[in-house]
Amino acid sequence: MGTHHSTHNHGAAHSSDSAHHVTPFNVYVKVAVALFALTFLTVAAHSIREHLQPFSALIAFSIATVKAYLVVAFFMHLKYETNMNRAIFISGFLFLALLFILTTLDIYTRITQNSVL
Amino acid sequence: MSTSRIVNGVEVATHYKDDTHQYLSNKEGIWLFMATEILMFGGLFIGYIIYHTMYPEMFAEGAKYLDWKLGFVNTLVLIFSSFTMALGIYFNQKNQPKKAVMALGATVLCGAIFMVIKYFEYTHKFHLGIYPGQMLNLEMVKPVHQNLGLYFGFYFCMSGLHGLHVLIGMCLITWVMIRNIRGDFHSNYYTPIEGVGIFWHIIDLIWIFLFPLLYLVG
Repeated sequence: MGTHHSTHNHGAAHSSDSAHHVTPFNVYVKVAVALFALTFLTVAAHSIREHLQPFSALIAFSIATVKAYLVVAFFMHLKYETNMNRAIFISGFLFLALLFILTTLDIYTRITQNSVL
Repeated sequence: MSTSRIVNGVEVATHYKDDTHQYLSNKEGIWLFMATEILMFGGLFIGYIIYHTMYPEMFAEGAKYLDWKLGFVNTLVLIFSSFTMALGIYFNQKNQPKKAVMALGATVLCGAIFMVIKYFEYTHKFHLGIYPGQMLNLEMVKPVHQNLGLYFGFYFCMSGLHGLHVLIGMCLITWVMIRNIRGDFHSNYYTPIEGVGIFWHIIDLIWIFLFPLLYLVG
């Protein structure tokens, strides 16, 4: 700490250029616009949900998944990350799926069969 | 001190080969932390889904107490804050610290707007006697389903844990903003902003799912 770096003194910095991916400004703008548009789409689908039954929940979460992809890929830069970081992040969802499957099996084969939980 | 050296204009700890090695290692740590965040919120989501399938009518009754317009505004606020957070990194990559500080300031401001809206939502519910679990005031609320407190247990835990993340995120962004003003960051070193940014985006990501789950589908 306490070392103040002058901004332009890293002429030999090219060795690490590949590690620092710079996303163009207009990509961020496009992603933000897409996220806003998808949020409006979510609410629009909600306003006509009576006509979309029984798929209204599926539609809402499908749109949310697309939004999540945009945030993770572009804002969090996972699109330009190492495979290791991608594997780490995806492993979170894999273990979540495991938790969901085993818990659901347990609830529906045991608890809902013989309890008034 | 003797524990670090300067490589390519970056202070690099001795156990790293160079600045790139340090940067990639630090980011890997942040991604591991993100996996734990997914698991923490994921457990609550799975609990919600299971109880929702057991008591769909009760959850629908609970969702009626939420104003989707407030959730919608908060979604827009968080998406905009994610955009400005990404710009905070972008401007440092372009060696424009003043613009980066402004972007980070806008991000903190959006976080504050989000929390103010949350505050009004919470106080309104407390006013109606809506509390989580057994604390729900059955005489005041007069719910159709007597176990309505279960829904609000999930509501307050999930949105409360999320709100706590927003508060922590605001503190962290303020910290990197001060360091940015101090001149700590440049195109070859902005790791703390990137780490805090990834944390802020996961908060946005979780809200993207919480909004339809709590406010719309119910």
